Amino acid sequence: MSSDAPFRVLPKLTPRNEAFWTGGREGELRIQRCSDCATWVHPPQPICPACTGKNLETKAVSGRATVATFTVNHQEWIPGSKDPYVIAIVELEEDAAVRLTTNVVECAPENVKVGMPVRVVFEEREDVWIPLFAPDTEAAGNR
Amino acid sequence: MEILERRACITGIGQSDVGRRLFRDPLELTLDACLAAIEDAGLEREQIDGLATYPGAGGPAGFSGASLTDVHDALRLELSWYEGGMESPGQLGSVINACMAVACGLATHVLCFRSVWEATAAAKTGAIGVAAAAGGGAAGGGGFRASGSMQWTLPYRAFSAANWIALFAQRHFHEYGTTREQLAQIALNARKNAALNPKAVYRDPMTLDDYLNARMISTPFGLFDCDAPCDGATAVIVSRVDAARDLAKPPVRVEAVGSALRGRPSWDQFDDLTTMAARDAGEMLWTRTDLTPSDVDVAELYDGFSFITLCWLEALGFCGKGESGSFVEGGARIALDGELPLNTQGGQLSAGRLHGYGYLHEAVLQLRGEGAERQVPGNPQVAVAAAGGGPLASCLLLTRAA
Repeated sequence: MSSDAPFRVLPKLTPRNEAFWTGGREGELRIQRCSDCATWVHPPQPICPACTGKNLETKAVSGRATVATFTVNHQEWIPGSKDPYVIAIVELEEDAAVRLTTNVVECAPENVKVGMPVRVVFEEREDVWIPLFAPDTEAAGNR
Repeated sequence: MEILERRACITGIGQSDVGRRLFRDPLELTLDACLAAIEDAGLEREQIDGLATYPGAGGPAGFSGASLTDVHDALRLELSWYEGGMESPGQLGSVINACMAVACGLATHVLCFRSVWEATAAAKTGAIGVAAAAGGGAAGGGGFRASGSMQWTLPYRAFSAANWIALFAQRHFHEYGTTREQLAQIALNARKNAALNPKAVYRDPMTLDDYLNARMISTPFGLFDCDAPCDGATAVIVSRVDAARDLAKPPVRVEAVGSALRGRPSWDQFDDLTTMAARDAGEMLWTRTDLTPSDVDVAELYDGFSFITLCWLEALGFCGKGESGSFVEGGARIALDGELPLNTQGGQLSAGRLHGYGYLHEAVLQLRGEGAERQVPGNPQVAVAAAGGGPLASCLLLTRAA
């Protein structure tokens, strides 16, 4: 973590959320999936909300997603964080119903657009790997 | 099916002093509002046998000025039924519960209250203390870790409901071409009405330029899209209709309520990012009455953020899906003398963030013809009060007693 990295509240790890928040160690975005009915489940649950089965596994997804919406935050909620930053909700390529609130990085705030293809990048903080999303230049050419 | 809420009516309303930083004991403010409501109804304290509030004890500093127990004991009430809590369909969920309590015979006169002291709390602890504590703890680092639903937003510095709601607003802008100039009408209308409300916290005139030039908070929201934290308390008395006949004021009838949440109870997983739980509550309300949106004479719709009011206008069927921006364009339709007078007390944007109960208080005032300078002309007969944003929403349709 570089010294100019923004302040972040980190998530408290639990057996249920650990795969999500630490998959970045292996470079993987990991989402829960029902082995019985193939439903993607997020946030992680003890049972599948579709079939109520308990055979849930954690699978690595492609990390590709689309910006469903975003906001550029200007308010200095934390003293010292003056630079505008982008908060977005992205929809995963595997299932648009699985959404993540995240930050769009490696992109000037004014260039972020709804519908923009993005790919996951990870920011390591202590024992967690925060999934962030950056413009997917490869996909942008294909879509 | 009997529509049980019709056994309930509102017989009294009361409000404390309201201000930006009163530095008053929040329990005292709460009791001022409660006693005012009891007196307004023409009841004696001994006749209050039910008590309800949102959210009750707990929460970040300033979010609740009094717990249920505080008020119960301070007024030495003898209760048959009581309820307070945060996991309900928004702030007015507590009033809907009170309606059901009287309808089912658990109580006869229920005192309902909502009390805040967020302005003074922010002055004492710093604004970030209030904003971040909403996430369950201090945001100053120091080893605090987010858990529960907050773990999905706080790591991304989405600290405030301003961020969470802005995401919905931006999607609405994207899909329907809604503009900041349209959104501005909610804020400008509120400020115009607030000028006629002596208790409103912001009463100076505001122009479209003032609105557009205000500092940005979280796009597309500028400062004037966000409500104004204040200190103050509001109380209403919900009574059983047959016990309300000889009280001081004509009762205001509860025609129907909406309390549904059919989408996922989440800020970012709700199925449609251009609407919120208001959609479900609004739809439910119209299934419980023969009245229609065109019968409504005055609308008091939550404006914790300006966009939430647009959401409620669509949810309650005052316009079609996606059409709220053009519905409010220019502001004439929603003005005091317009076809649908909106947020006649100045909303939370200008009258202060009394958090839900302010709309209900104002709806009752208008139906009684007690709006003074801001009274909607033409003896309004039907009003709707709605509160809540994101996954929280409920609404009440009110009528003047026949």
